[in-house]
Amino acid sequence: MLPGSANPGAPAPATPRNLPQRGGEPNPSAAAIAAKFGKSFVRSEVIWGDTNVYIQASAVSEIIRWLHDDATQQYDYLSDVTAVEFRDAEQPLEVVWHLRSLPFRRFLRVKVSLDKRAPLAVDSVWPIYKSANWLERECFDMFGITFTGHPDLRRILMWESYREGYPLRKDFPLRGRFSRAEQLRQALSITTEGRYSMEELSVAQAFEDLPEDMRRRLAGGERTGE
Amino acid sequence: MGLSHTTPTSAMFGAPHQESWVTTKLDFLVNWSRAKSLWPMPFGTACCAIEFMATAATRFDLARFGMERMSFSPRQADVLICAGRVPFKLAPVLRRIWQQMPQPKWAISMGACASSGGMFDNYAVVQGIDTIIPVDVYVPGCPPRPEGLLYGIMMLQEKVMREKMSDNTIRNEMEPDPESGLYIPASRIDELSEPFGNSIQQTRSGL
Repeated sequence: MLPGSANPGAPAPATPRNLPQRGGEPNPSAAAIAAKFGKSFVRSEVIWGDTNVYIQASAVSEIIRWLHDDATQQYDYLSDVTAVEFRDAEQPLEVVWHLRSLPFRRFLRVKVSLDKRAPLAVDSVWPIYKSANWLERECFDMFGITFTGHPDLRRILMWESYREGYPLRKDFPLRGRFSRAEQLRQALSITTEGRYSMEELSVAQAFEDLPEDMRRRLAGGERTGE
Repeated sequence: MGLSHTTPTSAMFGAPHQESWVTTKLDFLVNWSRAKSLWPMPFGTACCAIEFMATAATRFDLARFGMERMSFSPRQADVLICAGRVPFKLAPVLRRIWQQMPQPKWAISMGACASSGGMFDNYAVVQGIDTIIPVDVYVPGCPPRPEGLLYGIMMLQEKVMREKMSDNTIRNEMEPDPESGLYIPASRIDELSEPFGNSIQQTRSGL
């Protein structure tokens, strides 16, 4: 018996072989979502043995909250939040959540289609999974999707004063929008201490424990980045 | 004492058990002592740094050239070895490290990415670190083998050996343009980073 399993009698997991591209045994969570959230459920499909569930953007936090909390689902691990933009300009942009249920040994891919003509916004799942914090920041940085309810939605890979747009969008030129010299000029004008100062590293909470001279220098506004 | 000896070897080193002395040019002596004890500052960002580590390890043994002491503080370093691609986000960091190094200092650009951006001709990667800091030796390769880096280091040593104390202009710190922060004009940076045979509007989807 595998410890921690929600299904003690289940056989030990084995790597599936010869999976069809489409079709096959769906994840039972897909049918459960369709039954419980009929209005918000769009469709589901099985691709290479993995189940994709398409849902309405308005129901994201409700359905993912249920997948996380419900005793029959127990999706306790969010492994990725990302997005897909297709080459055809009229096709909607998709936001993808990769959910994993460790007790049931299930994998579920939840997708939402966002119309590109409207502002790209979807609910944050940060209140449910804390790991969504940086994943959603990365998705915002690369695709420009706003995750409403995110506690600190700012760029994570590119620097914060980056002004050229969202690099993984299809309308973004591979080499960026500005000339090389302008890109370099903007990059060199970043003040590294501005971001990575002692204050930024939450020394403020331990301020009283610091030596007296360091407290005096920090209180005087001195940067101690180097 | 020394002048009484006639053969060159004994003039150089003196006779055994006697006081020894040497005559040479001051330039040669200073350059020799600098070139044979360059302390590298490793700035490794990618797979080139793995080759750099191999160069420093036992089989290729960078210590043979007086470099066994890696200087992880730029303030004690002589030569900056930039091994790997440099994204734009790292450009001010590399510039800052270079400015923290005291004169005399040299820079080696190791590998295709550091020298030209390499295969990463995209929005995120600096197209050659010579747009950020002045570079003395470029080592080609993707990544260069340790022999390649050693050859680059030996070329740098040759360059150091040719310096003259009478010419102190090479010791002048390059000051970037206060307006743009660049060493070289913007038009030349654009020209240098132009792709070969491609237009600047090139994208895969034609959008």
